[in-house]
Amino acid sequence: MLNRIKSPLQVADVVRECGEALGREKSRFVICAGTGCVAGGSMDVFREFERLLKAKGLYGDVQLLFEGHTSPVGVIFSGCYGFCQVGPLVQFQPKGIIYTKVTVQDVDEIIKTTFEEDSVVERLLYRKHDGTLCPTEDEVPFYGKQKRVILAECGHINPEDIREYFATGGYQALASALSKMDPDGVIDIISRSGLRGRGGAGFPAGRKMALARESQGGRKYVICNGDEGDPGAFMDRSVLEANPHSVLEGMAIAAYAIGADKGYIYVRAEYPLAVTRIDIAIDQARRSGVLGKGIMGTDFDFDVEVFQGAGAFICGEATALIRSIEGFRGSPEMTLSYYPTERGLWGKPTLLNNVKTLAFIPKIIANGVRWFTGMGTKGSPGTAVFALTGEVRNNGLIEVPMGITLREIIFDIGEGVPGGREFKAVQIGGPSGGCLPRELLDIEVDFDSLLDAGAMMGSGGMVVVDDTTCMVDLARYFLAFTRMESCGKCVPCRIGTKRMLEMLTRICEGKGEPEDVGRLEELALDIKEGSLCALGGTAPNPVLTTLRYFKDEYEAHIHEKRCPAGLCANLVTFHIDSEKCNGCTVCARNCPADAITGEKKKPHVIDQDKCIKCRECLSRCRFDAVYTE
Amino acid sequence: MGKTDVELKTILEKFEATRSELIPILQAAQSSLGYLTNDTMREIARYLSIPESQVYGVASFFERFSFSRRGRREITVCCGTACYVKGARRLVDILESELGIRCGDTTPDLEYSLKQVACVGACALAPVVLVNEDVHRQMEPGKVKGLLAGE
Amino acid sequence: MSEKIKLTIDGKKCAGRPGRTILEVARENDIWIPTLCFDERLEPYGACRICLVEVKGAGGLLPACAAEITPDMVVKTSSKRVDSIRRTVIELLLSDHPADCMTCESTGSCALQDLAYRYGIKESSFKGEAHSYHLADDNPVIERDPDKCILCGRCARICDEVVGPGVLGFVGRGFDATVSPPYDRLLEESPCLFCGQCVSTCPVGALTSKLSEGAGRPWELESTDTICPYCGVGCTLRLWTRDNKVVNVTAPMDKGVNRGNLCVKGRFGFQFIDSPDRLKHPLVRGKDGRLRKTTWNKAISLVAERLSETRDKHGADSVGGLASARCTNEENYLFQKFMRAVVGTNNVDHCARL
Ligand SMILES: Cc1cc2nc3c(=O)[nH]c(=O)nc-3n(C[C@H](O)[C@H](O)[C@H](O)COP(=O)(O)O)c2cc1C
Ligand code: SF4
Ligand code: SF4
Ligand code: FES
Repeated sequence: MLNRIKSPLQVADVVRECGEALGREKSRFVICAGTGCVAGGSMDVFREFERLLKAKGLYGDVQLLFEGHTSPVGVIFSGCYGFCQVGPLVQFQPKGIIYTKVTVQDVDEIIKTTFEEDSVVERLLYRKHDGTLCPTEDEVPFYGKQKRVILAECGHINPEDIREYFATGGYQALASALSKMDPDGVIDIISRSGLRGRGGAGFPAGRKMALARESQGGRKYVICNGDEGDPGAFMDRSVLEANPHSVLEGMAIAAYAIGADKGYIYVRAEYPLAVTRIDIAIDQARRSGVLGKGIMGTDFDFDVEVFQGAGAFICGEATALIRSIEGFRGSPEMTLSYYPTERGLWGKPTLLNNVKTLAFIPKIIANGVRWFTGMGTKGSPGTAVFALTGEVRNNGLIEVPMGITLREIIFDIGEGVPGGREFKAVQIGGPSGGCLPRELLDIEVDFDSLLDAGAMMGSGGMVVVDDTTCMVDLARYFLAFTRMESCGKCVPCRIGTKRMLEMLTRICEGKGEPEDVGRLEELALDIKEGSLCALGGTAPNPVLTTLRYFKDEYEAHIHEKRCPAGLCANLVTFHIDSEKCNGCTVCARNCPADAITGEKKKPHVIDQDKCIKCRECLSRCRFDAVYTE
Repeated sequence: MGKTDVELKTILEKFEATRSELIPILQAAQSSLGYLTNDTMREIARYLSIPESQVYGVASFFERFSFSRRGRREITVCCGTACYVKGARRLVDILESELGIRCGDTTPDLEYSLKQVACVGACALAPVVLVNEDVHRQMEPGKVKGLLAGE
Repeated sequence: MSEKIKLTIDGKKCAGRPGRTILEVARENDIWIPTLCFDERLEPYGACRICLVEVKGAGGLLPACAAEITPDMVVKTSSKRVDSIRRTVIELLLSDHPADCMTCESTGSCALQDLAYRYGIKESSFKGEAHSYHLADDNPVIERDPDKCILCGRCARICDEVVGPGVLGFVGRGFDATVSPPYDRLLEESPCLFCGQCVSTCPVGALTSKLSEGAGRPWELESTDTICPYCGVGCTLRLWTRDNKVVNVTAPMDKGVNRGNLCVKGRFGFQFIDSPDRLKHPLVRGKDGRLRKTTWNKAISLVAERLSETRDKHGADSVGGLASARCTNEENYLFQKFMRAVVGTNNVDHCARL
């Protein structure tokens, strides 16, 4: 692999060397190996590419490039490229052709057409919903309005080869920090950039660094928070899987700034691929001399260890995370007279930042404050990464400048709601966030505007729901989540979330009472203010926002015993319109409860006693014959 | 010494006897022994010189640790927001009725365990069901029988 | 000594040393702030949220039990927000708590009951699932009723922070969390010392003394402070008596060397006082080997006689004296003086504890 780097000045040479070597590969197929695509079989696709290219005598090992050979075409796998929904994705670079939903059977044709015949396999291209074909990234609406900064290399480089990271200019920011800046200089840049923590609350990153730097107390630590327990979020996972070195570099720069020599990356246990990739990256970084003892030949030591979470959302909270590394139950501690920057891990000053916050650091050091503040809004400079999912045509990971409107995200990047359905709301920030209605589609998204609207940036989950989603039920869903995840330490959250959940459940079951709305609201406010940590402090948000924007749905459930979305099982029955039903039997065959009977070509009926209200018939019937009451 | 004792001993030897190794040790024990018994936790407490109540307290706090044997095939339904709005709860209902067990339980023949998790982070493939580590994307109620049959 | 910090609580000018909490300063100034998870023997925990107070400029409510005072702080211990949250906390606790105060051992000394009374909460407005564990912990002294537990963690913390063995601990999380010995088993199956420290700190009826069951309500009992007779530490005890019988023992927080703490003997070892087996008169063993009642004069004369006899016959060093740790320092002093000056030997020692 690479020789150990012996001085910060040497990094520029390594970067050039790697760039030149990889440049000897004239074109390459990039197979997305993010979790989504892997689930779709992308590793088999990758192996098929390798096998076929080898068979054709085209395959050149990356090692050969470094030995001076050139190669007409190569193949690598990358981390998540974002558009998971249509994966497995295959790109052909440098032309930027994107193929979607690629299977092993397609590989031969792809190589022939794309590489040998210099054309495109049309049937694998992304097709806009108006039918237009989009051969390259620039034309795919999903990527159109994005501004990829920390995701820039994600999906383009092999995350398991540090040389690819070097080729993008990697570790140059660390080198310049070590050779040209003192710690205060680094903190000054981050402060002036206005970077705010991407873990949810948006705390100014520079200020936090300065606090950690000022703290006395011997050893200091840097912790990267990759717990990402929010349901509906996978941004941190993707960054860790696709570009782990960017996080390591950010941690090293932060460590240099505050005077730490040890770091931890806290990753959820549900993310085994991320753990593997970080482990590989740490190992390669150590061997290259950019991590460990005497980094780049200077006297700066910094090493990183991975800590795997064990499944508790609350461990994303800073103090709970620290407690669990120490080997205790992940209950938050009171931070009244001190913060982790003063007394954190083992009582020592600790800088704890989100994955994305850390990944921004090398970018800002490398490109400067002006570049960073040139993006986004005044109060929230830079870009935001969202996991755009739910009832929206294009699902996946996106990075957009702060200040973009919700409408642009959902209707331009996401191409709107599929299936002829109506957009109803977008849930932002997971269980701490809120549901924003159609009327707010034009707000400019940043930390402060979302807070004003009652939602929260949170970690960046953005789930679109259509008119088949019941907002009371959605609020109930989030309360069920927070009730499960409450650590149980403080009373308002422990019993309060349970009682809110029970009230919401009663409403959904048609047993709500007129006073429930007021009760819910009062309880929500007391939990918000009374809880010990921000889990309880934000848990009522989904209820408060739905009460604020969708009160009519609550009222319909309570007063009319009706679920406007036709979702709440107790308030809805399924029927088949005998006029419309032509007896195609598709519903009967797919009913998991065997509740539908009827002869072929004759109208079918649903046995109400057997029906489990799974909605399968409703979604299957092609003749619109199934209806709800 | 029984087989598990030997296994546990080999696990413990890999870790330093300090408190901060508690969760890593529990994870290693859980993954190689399949579940945590009182004896296992007692040994871990002894090894780390901490009260047993704290080992049990930590183990019972986290989702990942289980105190009973799990089925050969662990069916995990993702109930993250994206999966939920696309019908994950219905999948849970159907799986529960197909397998005749509740979430968190194991069939008597130790063939299947069923659980739901908050989010596996594969939201763009929603709704998602995992069979052991394999991700099954865009699941539908009608596909459940096939999934159990191993198709 | 560092300067005292000045602050205002409910309009009253107060002062306290750096590092003191709002609660401590308030109590010194006779200002009441309710608490549930607080026990001065333990580190602040901040979990019950009943002690939240308003602090000007703090951007939110602070738990008085944990928040340290700062210069010129302006604290309000009661306000619309604060009271609303307190009421909610009480109602939430009551919604998962049996309503059997009538027969509960802790009636009269229960913090939750006192708070419900003070805030005039007759009934919780929240309906919902309440725990019902029906636990029977079959041990001689400690009654556990987890249905009544409010999860303040005081028992678990005192067992860990003060006593040491950490027998009790939190299990599970969220609404279904409990406090229990390891593996949800019984106390006798754990390293429990039965010191009853957990009983002493439990603010409700979840942990009570089996020995005092049905013995009377606090206002029916008389209390007398005294020193524990068991060992040389000399803990301060508060004996609770009814009809001249000791029915319970506690330790006052503000007195003595033990400041509320006790061991198993001091707390639970009081039955000997009224035991029929207790020696109340001197006994002398006759030639036939049987013990017979006698007077103190006769008994002491007999001892003196035998001691002199032995000393004269075998020398002073053939005698040794073992004093009891239950004696006071003065008594022990006298005893060694007697052994050295009267008997003439240095063979004196005492049992370090009993
Ligand atoms: C219940 C809860 C869960 C959280 N989960 C995460 C998480 O998964 N990832 C994260 O970075 N921050 C999470 N946070 C926020 C952290 O406490 C902390 O503010 C953040 O990691 C700081 O990093 P930043 O300054 O870079 O934003 C969570 C907070 C709470 C209260
Ligand atoms: S708010 Fe909830 S999660 Fe936070 S400390 Fe309280 S109980 Fe635990
Ligand atoms: S048993 Fe008593 S002291 Fe222990 S947690 Fe429950 S209420 Fe608190
Ligand atoms: S007494 Fe302060 S939070 Fe419980």
